[in-house]
Amino acid sequence: MKLNDPYEPVIGLEVHAQLLTESKAFCSCTTKFGNEPNTNVCPVCLGMPGVLPVLNKNVVEFVIRVGLAMKCNIAQRSIFARKNYFYPDLPKGYQISQYEEPICSGGYVEIDLDDHTRKKIGLTRIHMEEDAGKSIHDLDVDTLVDINRCGVPLIEIVSEPDISSPREAYLYLYKIRQIVTYLGICDGNMEEGSLRCDANVSVRRKGEKKFGTKTEVKNMNSFRYVERALEFEINRQIQLLEEAEEVVQETLLWDANQNIAYPMRSKEEAHDYRYFPEPDLVPVVVDEPWIDRVRATLPEHPTTRYDRFIAEYALPQYDADILTTEKSYADYFELVLKELHTKNKEQIKLVSNWVMTDVLRVVSEQKIDIKHFPISPTRLATMISLINDGTISGKIAKEVFEEMLKSSDDPRVIIEKKGLMQLSDQRVIEKVVTEVLDRNTAQVEKYLAGNEKVFGYFVGEVMKATKGKANPRIVNDILKKKFAHIQVSKG
Amino acid sequence: MVIAIKDVICIKGKMVTCGSRILEHFESPYDATVIQRLNRADGIIIGQTNMDEFAMGSSTENCAYGVVLNPIDETRVPGGSSGGSAVAVAAGMAWTALGSDTGGSIRQPAAFCGIVGLKPTYGRVSRYGLVAFASSFDQIGPFGGCVSDVARVLKVIAGHDPCDSTSAQVPVPDYVKSLTGDVSGLRIGLPKEYYTEALDREINDAIMKKVDVLRLHGAIVKEVSLPYTEYTIAAYYILTTAEASSNLARYDGARYGRRAKGAKDVIELYTRSRSEGFGDEVKRRIMLGTYVLSAGYYEAYYRKGQKVRRLIKEDFDKAFQDVDCLITPTSPTTAFKIGEKVDDPLTMYLSDIYTVSANLAGIPGISIPCGKDHQGLPIGLQILGKQFDEETILRVADFLESDER
Repeated sequence: MKLNDPYEPVIGLEVHAQLLTESKAFCSCTTKFGNEPNTNVCPVCLGMPGVLPVLNKNVVEFVIRVGLAMKCNIAQRSIFARKNYFYPDLPKGYQISQYEEPICSGGYVEIDLDDHTRKKIGLTRIHMEEDAGKSIHDLDVDTLVDINRCGVPLIEIVSEPDISSPREAYLYLYKIRQIVTYLGICDGNMEEGSLRCDANVSVRRKGEKKFGTKTEVKNMNSFRYVERALEFEINRQIQLLEEAEEVVQETLLWDANQNIAYPMRSKEEAHDYRYFPEPDLVPVVVDEPWIDRVRATLPEHPTTRYDRFIAEYALPQYDADILTTEKSYADYFELVLKELHTKNKEQIKLVSNWVMTDVLRVVSEQKIDIKHFPISPTRLATMISLINDGTISGKIAKEVFEEMLKSSDDPRVIIEKKGLMQLSDQRVIEKVVTEVLDRNTAQVEKYLAGNEKVFGYFVGEVMKATKGKANPRIVNDILKKKFAHIQVSKG
Repeated sequence: MVIAIKDVICIKGKMVTCGSRILEHFESPYDATVIQRLNRADGIIIGQTNMDEFAMGSSTENCAYGVVLNPIDETRVPGGSSGGSAVAVAAGMAWTALGSDTGGSIRQPAAFCGIVGLKPTYGRVSRYGLVAFASSFDQIGPFGGCVSDVARVLKVIAGHDPCDSTSAQVPVPDYVKSLTGDVSGLRIGLPKEYYTEALDREINDAIMKKVDVLRLHGAIVKEVSLPYTEYTIAAYYILTTAEASSNLARYDGARYGRRAKGAKDVIELYTRSRSEGFGDEVKRRIMLGTYVLSAGYYEAYYRKGQKVRRLIKEDFDKAFQDVDCLITPTSPTTAFKIGEKVDDPLTMYLSDIYTVSANLAGIPGISIPCGKDHQGLPIGLQILGKQFDEETILRVADFLESDER
């Protein structure tokens, strides 16, 4: 797709997010991932004859959280429906979902485009449903079925066809991931399938009001695949239109190895799900007090937090973006600030630098949760305060930081033990400066002759002589004073 | 309390077949809520009873495990689908029995066998562990030789169950205490749409005799109207088959029950397991139900059926503003011959005409013996009550029973 293309894509996404409730949607089995196959099961999720579903209230609580964060209308009364189809990993022969009267409708997600403008992507609906089990085909025996995942709660977030490029689709998905992880309702892991995405794609001539024929693209199980699969499908459709051929409404599967999307066999997609209201469950009733209670516990929205970081802390957009990527990053950053009690913009920027470059580097290198990062916000704040008060230099601080990763000692103790204390004693530094100048008369002459670059050489020599511990500001001051003095005396 | 259990209610460690080949060797891994409650009340479960496959039928002839005979006349059907349970009580094999009633499956066999059968209000008894036929219609209820036995069993099995979201949080009264023998001042309605020329004279007369007794003892008898009666059978068969088509989807041979051998792929596994496992009546209803839910037909059938259901319920609400209960025949005929209707599903469906409305409206109904016809076959009288007012219909039933003695 090029900028001067006469075509524009129209994209809508259906995102499934697996909820982090302790137990399944309609029974009390655990949702824990990775247990032995068919151990997180009971008669209810196995679809035994005669069993009945009972709704886990936390599922509703979680979807209210999402609904509020995405500015949806939350229905006072919503109903479940059965989606009927046969598959071995669907024990009841139907999936409990919502069809007519979903719990959330309307609302939007805001994405920040690369040109720093903000775009609203409208939502059609968000509804609750249960996950299916897993069929395992690639073993050397018959197909095996694992029911552990069966009944794990999901929400499906359906967007309006407001997305106009694969990049926007990526940003939209990214934002959804950010919101659901901020809310703590989903771990957002696409590779493990806790976040899944299907796309409806069509292409039309720019300026055209009518939508083109759409296709559905499935099986895009990473952020990058979504972008690539959409690129592929848009180009394929444009090519068809260019060749005056028709786009066929069909479902395509993305093949990440071959970088193509190929059509599902028509038999596989010819589903009539025969939705009808689930008679085993009563309507879900959500009253205002419940919504208010949930609203009161909502964390700050990631976009609001991003905006606030820029407004309140005068951070560059780049910093605000990185620091708010994950709620835990932003929390860490703000905990450090809180410890430092600072409103000073330079000091805040210094904290931002430390968190972005040093803390997050280690977090991503070691693939750990920032909550388990060995340097607590308090310890980092102590260390930064030691830079601020001149106890250590920024350069020495890097060394202290490395040491703090290995030990749980207070940074002051580390500085003490390793003798990393910054040298700020005027008389001591003056003595070193005098020695350096005495040893380098030729360089002194050069400087006095107007070669100001030599100044850095003297600073370097003083630092070398003090093993990097001399306070550079004081070194500078003393050097300047000394030179002025020599000049005057030479007069 | 020696009790027989219809083979559609799950008992842990027992085979539960629902009268179907498809569950031939299925052993339930859990107890239904009613079983737990009976056990807690020291009930003695003496056996499981045969039934129409998945409770679909009115004669207990649609069984994978043989036809059930009526103990009063063994050439005749015992009614259905809970025929086995009715027979167990009528023949003295058990003191009481549990059945399930989706459109008359307790009341009609009770009538055919000359005993008492109660379908409680929808939501009165937990359905957890009752293998579903039509979830928004099914209700478990007791059979007994007399009204007080039925009242005793109901007291044990009724009440809210956290495992069944559709079970109601309504207090359970002491039903035995409600059998006061007093009907004076009670307002009794006779729905005019139920008493037409088409009704068998003998049945009509037998019921009217009872109505006269009630009147004599101070009850106020009124004619009432249920204008949507003519649509009940149609609405019932659209909605119950729709739910059944979905409820029976789980019997696919993949996890439990009958699995066809040597299937090449999963589609063949499904097709063959289900073709071999289900009987004709069940297949007929699955097809009907699949059809009425299909794209393009949903609005015309399922949605319209739901609307009619609401109107029928409103009919009853209106009638119950003027009366405390309704008295109707239980069935348009007495027990018919084995094989008589088996090839004519429509006539068979019409034998539920007086009972299905209670399931559409979710109200309680009881059938009690009401004399015999000229062949000596028992006639059933049905009393329908307001939602959660089993007390009134039990009281009237008990009163009429004392009169019969």
